[in-house]
Amino acid sequence: MTLHQGAAARPWVDRVLAINGWVIFVFLYAPILMVVVFSFSASPNVGRWGGFTLAWYDRMLGNELLMSSLRNSVIVALVSTVVATILGTAAALALARYKRWVGRGTFDAIVYLPIIIPDVTMAVMLLLWFTSIGVGLGLGSITLSHIAFNISFVAIVVRARLANMDPAMEEAAADLYADRWQAFRKVTFPLIMPGVLGGGLLALTLSLDDVVITSFVQGPGSTTLPVYVFGLIKRSVTPEINAVSTLMMVMSVGLVLTSLMFQTRADRKNRQ
Amino acid sequence: MKRLLGIIVVLALVVAACGGSETDVQGLADGCEVGETDGDLNLYNWTAYLPTGLDAEDAGVVDFIVEFEDRYPDVNVVYTQYDSNEAMLAQVDAGASYDLVVPSDYMVSIMKGSDLLVKLNHDAIPGMANLDPSFSDPGYDAGNEYSVPYQWGTTGIGFNYDYLDDSEGMSWAVIFEPDENAEYLGRISFLDDTRETLGAALKYLGYSLNTTNQDELDEASALIKAAKDDIAAFDSSSYWTLLTNGDTHVAMGWNGDFLAEYDGISTDDFDAYEQYGYAIPTEGAAAWVDTMAIPTTAEHPCTAHAFMDMVLEPFMGGELTNYNYYASPNLAAEEFIYEDILTWEAVYPSEETMASLEFFEDLGDFEINYADAFAAAKS
Amino acid sequence: MTLLDEREMVEQEEAVNPRLEKRARRAESWRGFFHAAPAYVYLTFFFTLPLIVVYVFSFASRSNTGKPLLQDWNLDSWSKLTEPLFREIALRSLWLAILNTALCLLIGYPFAYWIATRASQRTRTLLLVAVLIPFWSNFLIRTYAWRMLLDSDGMITRLGEWTGLWGQLLFTPTAVFIGLLYGYLPFVVLPLYAAIERLDWTLVEAGRDLYASGSAAFRKITLPLSKPGIVAGSILVFIPSLGAYVTPDILGGAKTTLLGNYIVTQFTAARNWPFGSAMSGAILIIMLVATILYFRTDTRTI
Repeated sequence: MTLHQGAAARPWVDRVLAINGWVIFVFLYAPILMVVVFSFSASPNVGRWGGFTLAWYDRMLGNELLMSSLRNSVIVALVSTVVATILGTAAALALARYKRWVGRGTFDAIVYLPIIIPDVTMAVMLLLWFTSIGVGLGLGSITLSHIAFNISFVAIVVRARLANMDPAMEEAAADLYADRWQAFRKVTFPLIMPGVLGGGLLALTLSLDDVVITSFVQGPGSTTLPVYVFGLIKRSVTPEINAVSTLMMVMSVGLVLTSLMFQTRADRKNRQ
Repeated sequence: MKRLLGIIVVLALVVAACGGSETDVQGLADGCEVGETDGDLNLYNWTAYLPTGLDAEDAGVVDFIVEFEDRYPDVNVVYTQYDSNEAMLAQVDAGASYDLVVPSDYMVSIMKGSDLLVKLNHDAIPGMANLDPSFSDPGYDAGNEYSVPYQWGTTGIGFNYDYLDDSEGMSWAVIFEPDENAEYLGRISFLDDTRETLGAALKYLGYSLNTTNQDELDEASALIKAAKDDIAAFDSSSYWTLLTNGDTHVAMGWNGDFLAEYDGISTDDFDAYEQYGYAIPTEGAAAWVDTMAIPTTAEHPCTAHAFMDMVLEPFMGGELTNYNYYASPNLAAEEFIYEDILTWEAVYPSEETMASLEFFEDLGDFEINYADAFAAAKS
Repeated sequence: MTLLDEREMVEQEEAVNPRLEKRARRAESWRGFFHAAPAYVYLTFFFTLPLIVVYVFSFASRSNTGKPLLQDWNLDSWSKLTEPLFREIALRSLWLAILNTALCLLIGYPFAYWIATRASQRTRTLLLVAVLIPFWSNFLIRTYAWRMLLDSDGMITRLGEWTGLWGQLLFTPTAVFIGLLYGYLPFVVLPLYAAIERLDWTLVEAGRDLYASGSAAFRKITLPLSKPGIVAGSILVFIPSLGAYVTPDILGGAKTTLLGNYIVTQFTAARNWPFGSAMSGAILIIMLVATILYFRTDTRTI
């Protein structure tokens, strides 16, 4: 991998950096590889290889509780991601494109608060709130909570993308298209698409991974995968759990790579 | 702007003061007939405390949920799990509508006192006649008005015979003030539970584990803090695995968990019971009873009664113990319990040992002192 | 563009045709509000109001189940924050967060620099994606994987015994820091990468000519110019670290009480919701103040 021209450092510096880089990659992947590899191991004792088998995947599919919690996680993640991405993108546009409107200052502050708040605090206040207004605890309360913190993350990512954009493009579009909506669809939106996608992916990950907030606001039958894993993984770290993680990782990686593919294609088209 | 803020605050206060609406669950419960069901069952139980699914299959024990759904085809069981009494309490208190919960003895007193439990309709649970008479009028719930015993057990010490021996009785000292030259130093685990761990320390020091004496509590807290340097971890949910895979050699824990693990790792060539043991320390220890109860947020009390009755059947009660390795309060179930569990001193202790056991009681506001004492011990 | 430039621009535009501009501005204002409205309403209802409820409950008294009773308002919960036990726990969490942030920056900076200075855009993107892929797996499973690697039978322990360099790391502070570093590295690498990649390398070249030394150019030019990345990265790591307790519990053996688990305890074992609310409220105020102060050191918006 060649070094960027301007950043030319002395060769030994570059080599040290490279070694450091690879060591860190090993560090990052060690646990992941362990999870994937041992999901195929026949030994129930995670840590000792016991011969190749697909039995754990089979067992995973037969574990009703695990499957239903996976289903819950996916439903909550999809719904909350879609809603949060729409609301967050609109919010980012409002903050980046329009400089003066009623309540802008307060909104600017509020949008960033869910990011600096610790998980536990957010969990606490949402539980107290749902209790106070008599909202039943269940998948609904979990989804509402996830949307609440995801809006901010999407807004930040899209806003960063907007900040990097050339406003001249949009002005040109405004001249070309008579309708604001058309200008948005044909120019602004494709340009901010990577930001929207990035924000959406971030929201999806955060929702799928959330343990603390979800465990506070859950209700009957609304166990999500991370909460289920939290409860069970302590008792018996069976390779079943490794099988689920491997599956989820493959799905997520697939999702990311697909979106990257679309993004590069879109970028190429935009450049033309 | 200021006025808007004022309105928001008032709104929040008003909303906070209101609650949700309440149905008359008690009325519904009083009218339940034997075997009557009124909808699905929202079951809320400790993790892996009820035989079901693949785990039940592995253990060769009947699947309780499938059995219940077979008997009552209209009923669908929604099963959610928790890992502490207080987590369950927080959910019920927050209004989550579970039909059946499994609180421990002291938690029954707390929930009862806060009007969170429904008075049971004994007519709908004829199975109560199967209970051991010593459980029919417990201290935490006179006459079993609000709860029905589920399983009971003790807290003690699980250990590896290579490092410890219990032929002359075991003392809490092995974990609280271990010998400096002990080989197992650094390979000890305590329970990560306020009442349990402080309770064990209190028993070791010769006090009651329900004491409300701050000095005694502080002494126990200091003891744990000092002992902390020699332990590997505080753990309430995988301590038995840590013991059998060598991360620890001595562990504080509950009898059923240890025994289920020992049985689980035994193979034709390897008898885990020769390698690992369980002992109740001579200074005394905690005994506890877990019960089934119906919260006032329930929506289907009659179905809950039917489930309780099923669990109290002799065969079902036996299977429950065969899965959990905890003692059953159900006398009639004994004929269905595996021979080696029945004869095991660790599960069914002698009269002598029983006398040294104490049950936890709710201490009201003083619980905060316990929580702080434990937090201080861990800091 | 800074706020000042924008204002100048708007003023110039206004000078052209005041009435038309005023109408356009009002339309803009309305449109801006309209775009933000859904998110605004949502956050007010599911964030601002709950937040107010937390502060309200922190003055309430406690029932036996722990739930707040909306009567007998008092300052008990807040005064409990001045007790030595809380101060000890808070300081320990603070110290953990600071150490973790420093460690992440120390290890993350060279790593981000290496990625950002590769010549091909494609290589850079691929490397970044490679950094992110492990994080598409569940956080708990990753943490338990570390527990497996570090326990008495684990591969890292066996490696350490074989080389004679270390013994069992599980349930020691080292394990906790490994786990925290692992969890937060991307949060520091991404902003650092963004900042370093955008650097004007001609300035660095000029610096090298001036100072005739690579390290001086780095210290005086590259490092200060990448400051926004350092600021963003440290905030993204510091704040969650302050409330972290799951990783320390799983990898450290739950031997220390941190802010995170002390708060959770108030809602479970201690049954003291008002105190839990007070703690959460206090931490939020402190974080808010700290973030605002920290941001003053950097004038650019995110």
